Amino acid sequence: MPYAIQLINITKRFARTVANDNVRLAVLDGSIHALVGENGAGKTTLMEVLYGLYQPDSGKIKIHENEVTIRSPHDSIKLGIGMVHQHFMLVPTLTILENIILGAEDAKHGFLNLSRTTSRIAELADSFSLSVPLNERVQDVGVGIQQRVEILKAIYRRADILILDEPTAVLTPQESTQLFGILSELKQQGKTIVLITHKLNEVMAISEHVSVMRKGKIAGELDTAETNPQEIAQLMVGRPVLLKVEKDKSKTGHPVLSVNDLSYVDRRGIAILKDVSLEVSSGEILGIAGIEGNGQTQLVEAITGLLKPTSGTIMLNGINLGDLSVSQIFESGLAHIPEDRIKRGLVVDLPIKENLILGMHTRNEFSSRLSMKLSGIEQNAKLLIEKYDVRPPNPDALARELSGGNQQKVIIARELSRNSKLIVASQPTRGVDIGGTEFIHRTLVSERDNGKAILLISADLTEILSLSDRIAVIYDGRIVKVFSDNKVEESELGLYMTGTKGNGKTAALA
Amino acid sequence: MARQRHWLEHPVTQNFLVPILAVVLSFSVGAIFIAIVGQNPIEVYYVLFSQTLGNEYGIGQLLFKTTPLIFTGLSVAICFKAGLFNIGAEGQLQIGAFLTALVGMYTFGVPAYLEVPLLILAGMVGGGIWGFIPGYLKAKTGAHEVINTIMLNFVALALVSYFATNLFNVPATVHTPPIAPSGKIPRFDAFLSGFEGSPVNFSIFIAIAACIFVWYYVQRTKLGYELRVVGLNSKAAEYGGISVAKNLILSMTIGGALAGLVGTNYVMGYKYYFEEGFSAETGFMAIAVALLGNNNPFGVILAALLFGMLEYGGLVINTMVPKELVNILQAIVIIFVISSNKIFRKTLNNFLKTRRLSIEQ
Repeated sequence: MPYAIQLINITKRFARTVANDNVRLAVLDGSIHALVGENGAGKTTLMEVLYGLYQPDSGKIKIHENEVTIRSPHDSIKLGIGMVHQHFMLVPTLTILENIILGAEDAKHGFLNLSRTTSRIAELADSFSLSVPLNERVQDVGVGIQQRVEILKAIYRRADILILDEPTAVLTPQESTQLFGILSELKQQGKTIVLITHKLNEVMAISEHVSVMRKGKIAGELDTAETNPQEIAQLMVGRPVLLKVEKDKSKTGHPVLSVNDLSYVDRRGIAILKDVSLEVSSGEILGIAGIEGNGQTQLVEAITGLLKPTSGTIMLNGINLGDLSVSQIFESGLAHIPEDRIKRGLVVDLPIKENLILGMHTRNEFSSRLSMKLSGIEQNAKLLIEKYDVRPPNPDALARELSGGNQQKVIIARELSRNSKLIVASQPTRGVDIGGTEFIHRTLVSERDNGKAILLISADLTEILSLSDRIAVIYDGRIVKVFSDNKVEESELGLYMTGTKGNGKTAALA
Repeated sequence: MARQRHWLEHPVTQNFLVPILAVVLSFSVGAIFIAIVGQNPIEVYYVLFSQTLGNEYGIGQLLFKTTPLIFTGLSVAICFKAGLFNIGAEGQLQIGAFLTALVGMYTFGVPAYLEVPLLILAGMVGGGIWGFIPGYLKAKTGAHEVINTIMLNFVALALVSYFATNLFNVPATVHTPPIAPSGKIPRFDAFLSGFEGSPVNFSIFIAIAACIFVWYYVQRTKLGYELRVVGLNSKAAEYGGISVAKNLILSMTIGGALAGLVGTNYVMGYKYYFEEGFSAETGFMAIAVALLGNNNPFGVILAALLFGMLEYGGLVINTMVPKELVNILQAIVIIFVISSNKIFRKTLNNFLKTRRLSIEQ
């Protein structure tokens, strides 16, 4: 079989790093090829070189066995390459039809030929089972549909090679299954697909070949049928990795957090949280599963004092948090790993050591009545950097200079050093690579074993399922279902997450 | 991949190098303007530098102009650190200086060791109130401090102008009666005859002390830590339980109090009364001083020296070129400094990169 893409000895340097180091990648025509690797391994850079967003410092590119030079996306589109970015490049206020033809309009003398365009797109959509409502505005449809629009956009531009960057990051399990159906259909009709991902179950489910990148180099090329997730993970990280979280049965103690009938109506008068009740006991992890935007953010902010709920009570260790300030809530036994580390969790322009005391700077170890205690701050930093293996191990390095995984480690180190009773962990491994995720998961489980109560909010179902002792599903601001163990199928969770099951009813809590 | 950093890449080096480069370049562009008005730039610059830096009198004049720029530059800089843009240093210094004069004219007979601190305090309170108001409005209502500080400048200028020409003035003048003699801050020329005739006085040491205070406050105190967190990421401050409102109000108040210290230089150290229009828009030049000084208290001293030199130098070269030319030169310096950060750093780093690559190959 001929090759659709051949990247031969591609090297791409940035100011201080070599993003791609002599990379070879060959993708067979008409196949689905997975490109996996940890964050910063260079996979996105490699694909951006192929798409013409970057020029390689050296190396050759062959498309359909012909050597080509790709100077811009314009060139790559002409060569039949289409890219679906992780963050969609759509204009929200335009209709789906307008978005698809944007930049490739079928026009005569400046007038659009809409009827011909519409029928052509409808035909395309039909032949690939990519049904989309062409006349709806992009802002009014869900992310699953938006992604199909991106794919359709590429096909409309006659792409026969499709690059998808982390396509399932924003999808529910059902939507992911549908996406894989579409990808198989595309393959059947002769398209070549490169799938960038770090979810190994997806690699196993849909790809035929897999290339693993580590630190800018190709660490392995495998036939999917002849490998397993363990082997791929080991190639990605460079050492054996525990993919499954090992934990014993929880030794649940007394309730630490109890939320009763919590409601929140936002300034526009929209009810975001509706009578949410839940309880987390010491020694257990309660996972909240749900598609983002169903009230998780507000639930966490209400518990941590960042948002004033409209009604309901929150008790922590028997203390009503109602009128307490954020710092008082921290003092009554909270640790909070926020969902957005850059926006909330860190001051990226301050050094690691000063980030490690955020919210604790008034403690005796770190300040006297007026002044900061520099040596205490420095020591704390050295201790935590070593304990949590933060890299670079330099207390004076700015948080901005750290990788996502290390930034997350700084936050986790700080929050766990509070010695709290309750840990609210929101998306604790978002954007963190496999090695870091493994570490964070192990840490959370060991905190649980030390008797902490943990409230885990995550959009990643695998994470929810592998860490939680109990699982609550949130949909449209309500807890619609509580599972008293974690022995539940992803698809079952998905049905509750999308409101297909349990809709409208608030689940009774055990 | 870990590689030795070239010394030119070090942020501290660049923090010094970039503003210096900007100043040198703006003087070069200024030379073109001097040539256009038909003068020899080298001659003009020679006079400018020799008359300001070449003798004690010149230095004295320069330092006198520098002192208020340090106070107000610090005022703008500390607000910048908290993420606030204080355009109100002019109003704050007017109210502060007026209050210094007002308290001074009613407190005759108080010994110097009480009178001097009292008058300094009066200036700080006046400026502090004028900073507190926009800080409070920002914290409680979200009203933008840029607009409110500009508006309060108008109010302050109108108020002190009315007081200094109608209510508290010496008849037929636009200034107040003199302050109590015990409130005077001595001039340099009382001790060093070389400074004879130049108005520089010991308030410049108050300015330097203020710099040390601001540095210590921002970098070493608990409140300074909170102020930096609020300025760099108010969402993270909220998350960490730091009161954003308190720190906004506090930084504006401290900023105002710093600007209010300008009266020590003029009222206590030079004229011994408040006079309408004494400040020559120092409070606006302060924004440029803070920018050029990178909002660092010691950078502010250097920047204030430069602008102080330009201000006095403008008078010196007035016979050779129109005084507007000095305004042009000041403006060019500001423009270069503001735009230089990105351009120069990028050029410098690109240069280093290409040099490195050519060495590697």
